[in-house]
Amino acid sequence: MSRSIRGADVSETMKTRAALVLGIALGAALTVAAQGYFGEIWRTYSEDIIYLTKQHVVLVLISSGLAILVGVPAGILLSRDFMRRYSETLLQVFNIGTTIPTLAILALSITLLGIGFKPAIFGLWVATLLPIVRNVFQGLRDVPAHLKEAAQGMGMTPLHILRSVELPNALYVMFAGIRTAVAVNVGTAPLAFLIGGGGLGELIFTGIDLNDMQMLLAGVIPVGLLSMLADYALAKGQFWLIPRGVNPLRP
Amino acid sequence: MIKLEKLSKIFETPNGGTVMAADKVSLEVAKGEICVLLGPSGCGKTTTLKMINGLIPKTSGKIHVAGRDTDTIDPVELRRSIGYVIQQIGLFPNMTIEDNICIVPDLLGWERSKARKRAAELLDLVNLDPSIFLKRFPKELSGGQQQRVGVIRALAADPPVLLMDEPFGAIDPINRAVIQDEFLRMQTELRKTIAFVSHDIDEAIKMADKIAIFRDGKLEQFDSPDDLLARPANDFIASFLGSDRTLKRLSLLKVSDVMLSGRIRVSAQDDVATARDMMKEAGHKNIVMVGPRGRARGYLHLNDVVEASGTVEEHYQALPTTVNVDADLRTAVSRMFRHDMTWMACVDDDGFFKGFITQRAISHQLGATYRDTPTEGLT
Ligand SMILES: Nc1ncnc2c1ncn2[C@@H]1O[C@H](COP(=O)(O)OP(=O)(O)O)[C@@H](O)[C@H]1O
Ligand SMILES: [Mg+2]
Repeated sequence: MSRSIRGADVSETMKTRAALVLGIALGAALTVAAQGYFGEIWRTYSEDIIYLTKQHVVLVLISSGLAILVGVPAGILLSRDFMRRYSETLLQVFNIGTTIPTLAILALSITLLGIGFKPAIFGLWVATLLPIVRNVFQGLRDVPAHLKEAAQGMGMTPLHILRSVELPNALYVMFAGIRTAVAVNVGTAPLAFLIGGGGLGELIFTGIDLNDMQMLLAGVIPVGLLSMLADYALAKGQFWLIPRGVNPLRP
Repeated sequence: MIKLEKLSKIFETPNGGTVMAADKVSLEVAKGEICVLLGPSGCGKTTTLKMINGLIPKTSGKIHVAGRDTDTIDPVELRRSIGYVIQQIGLFPNMTIEDNICIVPDLLGWERSKARKRAAELLDLVNLDPSIFLKRFPKELSGGQQQRVGVIRALAADPPVLLMDEPFGAIDPINRAVIQDEFLRMQTELRKTIAFVSHDIDEAIKMADKIAIFRDGKLEQFDSPDDLLARPANDFIASFLGSDRTLKRLSLLKVSDVMLSGRIRVSAQDDVATARDMMKEAGHKNIVMVGPRGRARGYLHLNDVVEASGTVEEHYQALPTTVNVDADLRTAVSRMFRHDMTWMACVDDDGFFKGFITQRAISHQLGATYRDTPTEGLT
């Protein structure tokens, strides 16, 4: 199972890179070809774009940061032996959770927290949390039993085994989960506008409402660039932060 | 050094039943000895082994390691004082070979430089160049190399006791033999007390000072390999050891164990008549001719020289083959068969004549382990 995840992921990295290169090339070509058009958008919306992009980035950073902060320990906790009896059930619940559309989650969070920045953060946090917990759990479960046995047999304590054996060997799968989660987060963040959370969704949805193509693009293009940038940064992180001995991306 | 007293383990199975994985096992492994726990799959070898370092909690019985009741020792401390090697090796892929070897020294709080120096020494011991391997990751090593590192990792903190669960089970037969030999060579110096799980009879015979045969959690027989092969306690053990168990004993015995004295010999200048008389007197049909300093040079056959006269030199025949006194009997017998001989001259490393072995002496030895070395003539 983990093998197929890894296999898929390696090709995904390549796809990301290809997409990035293509995106930049396309961007450059379009800039030259349609300088007039995009120039006009930029001139009209530059202030909004800068302001809303900042807001968008803050939404993404806070919600995914909190999701990582909570999701990783939660995944670790679920993978412990004493949780074995409950973990399958809890994960099942989580899996069902992932199938709920993010818009529905956002709508639900209004009923809890009202309208504004907070429910937006909460909704995005929930949507991001689930894939992280699942992958952290799966990554730790996939660490071969004989590694844990060898560690225990040599007299390592449970905490030491978690830190020096389990986490490093689960890191690749965990990171893959974080990458997926952040991609979901960045792509979903425009919906935050709908519950008053701000962000680039403002330009997109208002553009749709007013049937204003330029306004729509002023929101869509930065969102696209942001998600490519985020994925690129995480791919780099995956390459450099995971120790060479357990990093299938590195020889 | 390792002492088990009525050690038992009952597992509860998920469907509510129980499995008696170890049933009142009592045995003692003396200091510096290798005890092989042998038996078919599922007979309780691993369970017994893992109870020694507490990886599996025992149901009842007592375990003493180095004179201490393991119930009185903190399991983590106990495990740090016992080397542990498993079939899957269990090198940590995220750590370099150096860090893998240094795990227990680091846990014990050794000075860093001392632990790292120890890692390099140990790699040297198994013929892996430290300058190449210390900084490598496990995935950059072959299976055999990983297995060697697995063994030296267990030796890192110099524990007096080692537990090994089918440590060479995952290696191809050729490399396995090499690693076994290498390990035995190390063991002659290290003199560790070792409990070693195996399901391979040939491996057990090769490695063991004592073999413990298990069936369904019960210890069926606990003996030296030779005693076990010579006198299996019951039919189960006999069939487990195989119908060729007598031949297996050949590899346990050395040429010197069945060699007959080489005092009767002639030299080139002796009279054939003298040689003839010596053979008749001793009841031998052949006599070995030695050189001036005692090297085996050739032989005379009684039937060829009944009527002959002159010196031995004029009548001797070359020896088709000889065997080293330190060789095992398997080698000796196979060489005899190859040359269609019923006897062979035995020589030491320098070719000096030490004595001779005969097929009859060998079969006599195999047939009657507990009689004194037979005395009989060359046939
Ligand atoms: N954790 C366990 N739970 C239940 N039964 C077990 C467990 N571990 C081993 N057993 C059973 O105990 C018996 C002995 O197992 P084991 O010691 O692993 O055998 P061996 O190492 O000789 O192949 C087997 O019947 C096995 O199925
Ligand atoms: Mg076993």
